[in-house]
Amino acid sequence: MSAHSHIDGQLPHEPEKATLEGRNKVLGFWLFLGGETVLFGTLFAAFLALRDQVGEGNPTANELFQLPIVAIATFILLTSSLTSVFAIQALHRNHVKPMIVWLIVTVALGAGFLGLEIYEFYHYVHEGHGFTTSAFSSSFYTLVGFHGAHVAFGVAWISILIAQTLRKGLNLVTAPKLYVAGLYWHFIDVVWVFIFTVVYLMGKVG
Amino acid sequence: MAHAHAVKRYSGLMDWLTTVDHKKIGILYLIAGGFFFLIGGLEAILIRIQLWQPLNDFISETTYNELLTMHGTTMIFLAAMPILFALMNAIVPLQIGARDVAFPFLNALGFWTFFFGGLLLNISWFVGSVPDAGWTSYLPLASPTYSDGHGVDFYVIGLQIAGIGTLIGGINFLVTIINMRAPGMSFMRMPMFTWAIFITSALILFAFPALTVGLAALMFDRLFAANFFEVGNGGNAVLWEHIFWIFGHPEVYILILPAFGVISEVISTFSRKRLFGYSSMVFATVLIGFLGFMVWAHHMFTTGLGPVANALFSIATMLIAVPTGIKIFNWLFTMWGGSIRFTAANLFGIGFIPTFVMGGVTGVMLAAAPADYQYHDSYFVVAHFHYVIVGGLVLGIFAGLHYWWPKMFGRMLNEGLGKLTFWTFYIGFHLTFFVQHFLGLLGMPRRIYTYQDNLGFNNMNLISTIGAILMGVGTIIFLVNIVVTAMRPKDAPNDPWEDGRTLEWTISSPAPEYNFAQTPLVRGYDAYWKEKMDGNSGMTPAEPIGPIHMPSPSILPLFMSIGLFIAGFGFMFSNYIIGAVGLLVTFGCMFLRSIIDDHGFHIEPEELEDKGVKA
Repeated sequence: MSAHSHIDGQLPHEPEKATLEGRNKVLGFWLFLGGETVLFGTLFAAFLALRDQVGEGNPTANELFQLPIVAIATFILLTSSLTSVFAIQALHRNHVKPMIVWLIVTVALGAGFLGLEIYEFYHYVHEGHGFTTSAFSSSFYTLVGFHGAHVAFGVAWISILIAQTLRKGLNLVTAPKLYVAGLYWHFIDVVWVFIFTVVYLMGKVG
Repeated sequence: MAHAHAVKRYSGLMDWLTTVDHKKIGILYLIAGGFFFLIGGLEAILIRIQLWQPLNDFISETTYNELLTMHGTTMIFLAAMPILFALMNAIVPLQIGARDVAFPFLNALGFWTFFFGGLLLNISWFVGSVPDAGWTSYLPLASPTYSDGHGVDFYVIGLQIAGIGTLIGGINFLVTIINMRAPGMSFMRMPMFTWAIFITSALILFAFPALTVGLAALMFDRLFAANFFEVGNGGNAVLWEHIFWIFGHPEVYILILPAFGVISEVISTFSRKRLFGYSSMVFATVLIGFLGFMVWAHHMFTTGLGPVANALFSIATMLIAVPTGIKIFNWLFTMWGGSIRFTAANLFGIGFIPTFVMGGVTGVMLAAAPADYQYHDSYFVVAHFHYVIVGGLVLGIFAGLHYWWPKMFGRMLNEGLGKLTFWTFYIGFHLTFFVQHFLGLLGMPRRIYTYQDNLGFNNMNLISTIGAILMGVGTIIFLVNIVVTAMRPKDAPNDPWEDGRTLEWTISSPAPEYNFAQTPLVRGYDAYWKEKMDGNSGMTPAEPIGPIHMPSPSILPLFMSIGLFIAGFGFMFSNYIIGAVGLLVTFGCMFLRSIIDDHGFHIEPEELEDKGVKA
């Protein structure tokens, strides 16, 4: 019943759903991700409506995008999703140390992705593709930037959770938090898959 | 099991600033939403005074535009929705037999973000640059080129902050209703009001993020020179219309579905009959919620989307008349053969039906795309949406407030004053808006600050203004009723209407802070009525008496919202240091919330007795 009276090592099979608070948190978070889907859906719609409005003399998507660096970023982020799965699997086996290690790897990969994105944006601005250049550039930076902000938030959030788990251990309070952070991380990964396709691949083709 | 955590219990003002009790948050929503309702109503009366005669110069055209914009924005986002949130906070957990909502802390956060968003929006009156691009804030009018100054900035940032609160509330009530129903309360045994709130919350969840993106894009255009809607740089003004109405049309169902729920409860209770066609009512509610996402372009028939798009959206819109008609007939058949009591609440409930039907009929008229070219941007549209929003939603709110007032405050509102409120408000409403149909058909455009003489508009505008003042009088009578009631003793019994059908009437008025000492066992639809019919005095408990876990109060939701409020001002005036400080406050509070475990506290069985009376 009470969230903190158990003894480590005796967690139930799915500790994130063992309490009503935990079940509420997991369900609420799934619903929140539903709302986030609409948010990104609208951003994608705005981008698709404006992506051809490049303006005269400005670099087009085809000239701008360098697929190798985007491919590396994609690879890093997809891998981080895998490592977050390993972390949640360790959580379910109640193996705290491997879970922390996998979470640290996830955060490091997320930070690496962010570094690449910052470099990419920096490069684009030098090519004459600033936030205010055209409707294409505004919608591009808003969509990709919203995603980047989500990654940055996730990196900070999971880092805080790592610190908390080191202090408090894995229990019925921390388990749901870690589990929904894992859901969040998968979500921003899925969004990136769509960005890679809709923004970058379609930008190279069209 | 017993816990020795010392939990700070606050009293007085601090109690209200830190409360996470859904019943107190409901009262906060009612006070704040009621306050904004009075502001929006005052704005409406100023508008009507300006229009009472041709070529009037009571207020300037600039002020008129500001009043018009703020009236619509305030009434929709800061009055109607918060008062609905008040009712759902006060009643839904009680109706499903829950001790609390799923996320009490987030519930408080939702209230405070709404409140500070609304405050920010209304501070524009004191800063001197007020939003003036209409509540729809169409582009290019709202662009930095045509709306310089900070008016529209207040709109985008204020609504953005308030919108966070709404989204949080939607998620909270979805989870509460899915996860926290009492044993035996299956989905098809839920009271109709709870069903309406369930669907409304789903609409909020899927509609509000679109507004978030639209407001963010407009904010980027205005503050950071982005080009979403700047046609000269490749932007697209119609994109705003799409984004706004993809949010905006579900929004009108977010407003009206809870009113449908209230009316279902009130009419069923005061007809002393089970709601006719309960399952078809549920089906109709779900269908309206679903179709609500398919019809946004009927606000844009004259934008030029082409005949195919117009035809499809036209048909989809007309389809909504089917589930709505199901509801109307269900209410009529609920009353049929019932022993009807004409209480103030039920007067509002019965008055709602013909009024809403009129709004629905003009809705189908407007849905016919070719005819809409005639009605568009005329007073016919103004009459239509006031018939559904005031004649539907506001009458529903009044019905709900009179009905549930004893459950919220422990006192019965005065019936005589309640009936007086109904008649003045109801007659005033029809005087104001019925003639506007004909003003529109005669060609009077909406959103104009004055009109020429000899156009045949004079008499009907005068009648409309008289009606508006009568509605104001009705509202004042309601306020008098509140004051008169507040001075009487707190003596409402558990089931003050004596015909209560649902679980909220099984517990004391107002409900104790833990709601149910023992979670009730639900044995059918209209759970309390069923027990009454079976000759039982109350509900069968589903659990033995034991300690009840309660969440701790917290000041963090208030500070998080103040942080956003400060950040909003910082960004608006391009002072990024203040903006960053505000965001730091908000994120700092989020950090504290994450690292500090909230163990809550327990109310022990022996404490239940003496705490039972207090709210």
